[in-house]
Amino acid sequence: MDKEAPIIKFDGVNKWYGQFHVLRDIKLDVARGERIVICGPSGSGKSTLIRCINRLEEHQSGHLIVDGVELTDDVKAIDAIRREVGMVFQQFNLFPHLTVLENLTLAPMWVGKLPKKEAEERAMQQLKRVRIVEQAAKYPLQLSGGQQQRVAIARALCLTPKIMLFDEPTSALDPEMINEVLDTMKELAGQGITMLCVTHEMGFARSVADRVIFMDEGQIIEENTPEEFFHHPKSDRTRDFLSKILAH
Amino acid sequence: MASSGAVFSPIPPRAAPVATQGLVAWLKRSLFDGYANSLATLVTLLVLIWLVPPFFNWSAVNAVFAPDNTACRAAQEVGACWGVIVEKGRLILFGRYPYAEQWRPLLACAMLIALLVASCLRLFWRAWLAGLWIAALAIFLVLMHGGTFGLTPVETSRWGGFPLTLMLSVVSLAVAFPLAIFVALGRSSKLPAIRTICVLYVELIRGVPLISVLFMASFMFPLFMPQGMTIDVLLRVLAGMTLFAAAYLAEVVRGGLQALPKGQLEAAQSLGLSYWQATRMIVLPQALRLVVPAIVNTFISTFKDTSLVTIVSLYDLTGALQLALGDAEWRKFFLEGQLFVAGVYFVFCFAMSRYSRWVEAYLNTGMRRQ
Amino acid sequence: MAAPPAKRSFHWRSKAFRGVLYQVVAITLIAAAGAYLLSNTLGNMRARGIKSGFDFITQPAGFGIGESVIPFDSAESYGKAFLVGLSNTFRVAILGVVMATLLGTLLGIGRLSRNFLVRSLSSAYVDLIRNVPLLLQLFIWYFLMTERLPSIEEALQPLPGVFFSKNGLQFPHPIWSPGHAGTLIGLCVGLLGCWGWSRFARLRREATGRILPVLLPAMAILFLLTALGWVLGGAPGGLDLPEKTEINVVGGGAVTPEFLTVLLGLTVYTAAYIAEVVRAGILSVPFGQHEASAALGLSRGQALRLVQLPQALRVIIPPMTNQYLNLTKNSSLAVAVGYPDLVSISNTSLNQTGRAIECIALVMACYLTLSLLTSAAMNAYNKRASIKER
Repeated sequence: MDKEAPIIKFDGVNKWYGQFHVLRDIKLDVARGERIVICGPSGSGKSTLIRCINRLEEHQSGHLIVDGVELTDDVKAIDAIRREVGMVFQQFNLFPHLTVLENLTLAPMWVGKLPKKEAEERAMQQLKRVRIVEQAAKYPLQLSGGQQQRVAIARALCLTPKIMLFDEPTSALDPEMINEVLDTMKELAGQGITMLCVTHEMGFARSVADRVIFMDEGQIIEENTPEEFFHHPKSDRTRDFLSKILAH
Repeated sequence: MASSGAVFSPIPPRAAPVATQGLVAWLKRSLFDGYANSLATLVTLLVLIWLVPPFFNWSAVNAVFAPDNTACRAAQEVGACWGVIVEKGRLILFGRYPYAEQWRPLLACAMLIALLVASCLRLFWRAWLAGLWIAALAIFLVLMHGGTFGLTPVETSRWGGFPLTLMLSVVSLAVAFPLAIFVALGRSSKLPAIRTICVLYVELIRGVPLISVLFMASFMFPLFMPQGMTIDVLLRVLAGMTLFAAAYLAEVVRGGLQALPKGQLEAAQSLGLSYWQATRMIVLPQALRLVVPAIVNTFISTFKDTSLVTIVSLYDLTGALQLALGDAEWRKFFLEGQLFVAGVYFVFCFAMSRYSRWVEAYLNTGMRRQ
Repeated sequence: MAAPPAKRSFHWRSKAFRGVLYQVVAITLIAAAGAYLLSNTLGNMRARGIKSGFDFITQPAGFGIGESVIPFDSAESYGKAFLVGLSNTFRVAILGVVMATLLGTLLGIGRLSRNFLVRSLSSAYVDLIRNVPLLLQLFIWYFLMTERLPSIEEALQPLPGVFFSKNGLQFPHPIWSPGHAGTLIGLCVGLLGCWGWSRFARLRREATGRILPVLLPAMAILFLLTALGWVLGGAPGGLDLPEKTEINVVGGGAVTPEFLTVLLGLTVYTAAYIAEVVRAGILSVPFGQHEASAALGLSRGQALRLVQLPQALRVIIPPMTNQYLNLTKNSSLAVAVGYPDLVSISNTSLNQTGRAIECIALVMACYLTLSLLTSAAMNAYNKRASIKER
């Protein structure tokens, strides 16, 4: 019995891209500290779902409440929420003209209004956390893909967010670099932060997630603990999807 | 906390809320979205209302279309005199070419334009296209110059107007093309002397304005000739334009050579091909395909640059306009003539730039399919 | 183990030998061609009685120059005439560059606007201007300036004190007095003040995290200090106002219709090309950068200033400099409308002295120097500013 209010609440959220109904009547509650993996075929709306949480996408109907604040067109509310929500992208999206350290201190100084020294200390702390301290003075394009993604994770963590969103973080990486990023994410998961992760890495889901959600054609088909989800899928579509990606 | 995993019931897709579709929504979104946008729309509309109706009145409603000088003068400030084009049109388009023989430049231009258009279609991208071009240029010269096949000879100083513009652009680019390829290859060469010569040539020509090159051709080339030998003004100017175009084309071709993956030349060499064989059969065809859009852009620039020959007293399309409207009676209607000539240039250059964009898209998809 | 010493072997068919052979042949051919042309030239010049050499530079020019920044009369030397031409070229080029950049940037941003009207009009402008030759556009401007404007008796007065007619533009011109030195000093101190304030704001932000506004205070400092300098200099207020008499407009500063033609023609033409450069630069920044800035909570202005503009500028600056060079080279078309720029003066000198090679060589040397200097500066900038990769 959880008396605490959910940190993220989707209440009948709908979104259209033009005429395409991409999110259909989404109802989802995410508790504080919960770790959720979202999977599903491409085009199912899973990326759109998490991008609605920090208003990179706008929903057209329904209510979306993040940490007690409802997401509307109110710019102040959006800014407040973006300070609490960190995001890691598939394409890393590091700023190529700044060093790694400058990438990390940019937002704390300009958004968090921290003094430079404090921002740099925090940055070095996060770099230590993702084990990449020695690259602080390098430029992003001088690093490997796996290193860049870890820097991106550190950059999101510098604002001490309550929620971390991962949009297919390992899909653009060469196979030998996927593990270093997944290890970083696992360590993060063990430290109590709320995580929503869109990914195809089922091993990660099994070992880390509290809940696995399967989406298809814009709606949540099934959600369950990893045990139940992988061994006793309830819907045919889930079974179909699992058979395709667990074949190897 | 885990949920129990309820069984879902499928939700069919619904239509989007009305507010995001339709003409009104589009107008709102694109024209009146926020203060800055609405202000911009209002300012633009005001400017358009201030400019467009008077221009429309001048150019269409009150305009005089007949070649009637008195009617034109009567309507002078109020309406355009498009009659000046009817009156002076042939002089503007063909320069001082003899009136009775003007079917010849007309035919020559039509043939050249047809060949240009044909060269744009991928159906014709074959080796014999080059031969076809040489034949077409020869026929062009025969038609324009005469002296054989019973055609009365017309000296080059009387060539003018559109045929001259077309000929200058086409011939200078046709000759500049092989020169540019050699210079581009020379610039990429490992032999320092050859590389230096090519670099010097390209940097010298690209660093000075075209007018200087034309003056150089016009004033200095006669001095270079052996004593007693004169060189036609047209040939001098043509040489100047060719040298100029070749320098810019060489940079374009060099861009293509650099964009080609190094592996291509290595693969060719590993097959035992010599440098010239590899260049001719492997490197150049691919490099040139990569820069076709840039080559078309160079053609557009050269086509516009031919207008500068007016300054060295050759009567191309722009120069013929000056000539035609030197007539005191019609001089007041210079603007209409200028707009007409601008229109001719615009039609050709715009068509070529659209083609260049199409070619770029076509070649890009071609590359991706590989 | 150290590498074995290089073998020095020689073979007739080796690549190295053939390379040397090709170069020797090439140099010999070019030298032979050059010698042939040179002998022809010398022979022709002797036959026509043309002297050569640069000694004409010190001789009196014998022609006047319609407009110039420095005073010139026909008794002064050819060398000074060339300098006047060069100064005229710079005058129109620098003003043209500034105006074209402003107009072109606005157009480039307009082409990417969400507003359908603004976007269509900007695209129409760019397509129209880029597909008509510059010379023709200059002729059209010249015709409008010299035939369609009212003559000076009925000059237009768009603003008080500004007169626009077939004779050009006349405008109020401050009368220089020693007091103006105060204004200039005020301006310099103001600029220092701006720099000082922005530095102070940055140090403050790094030390405490508080972000102080920079733009408005800097502009205020500049304005106030300049005004203070003006007051301290004795508040010189003399303005040479053009006054309209019956048949003329007397006084004030003036620019000729030729200058206006070249300036406006070059500005309008080059702005269309600069618009494309700016547009390409803005589009070159990947959309993910905008998303990442937004996800980090940066405001629109901060994202633009700290993330997108630095990246866009790196792509914009090299081709932009190329357009500036093109504008300067295109100013040579002034010879067709009678504006006395470098090429125009060189042309006149050439016709008078017959020293074709010297005059043309001088002009080419000037433009070449400018181009090479700009290229070198651009290469240095590219090395410093390039995004560092593996």
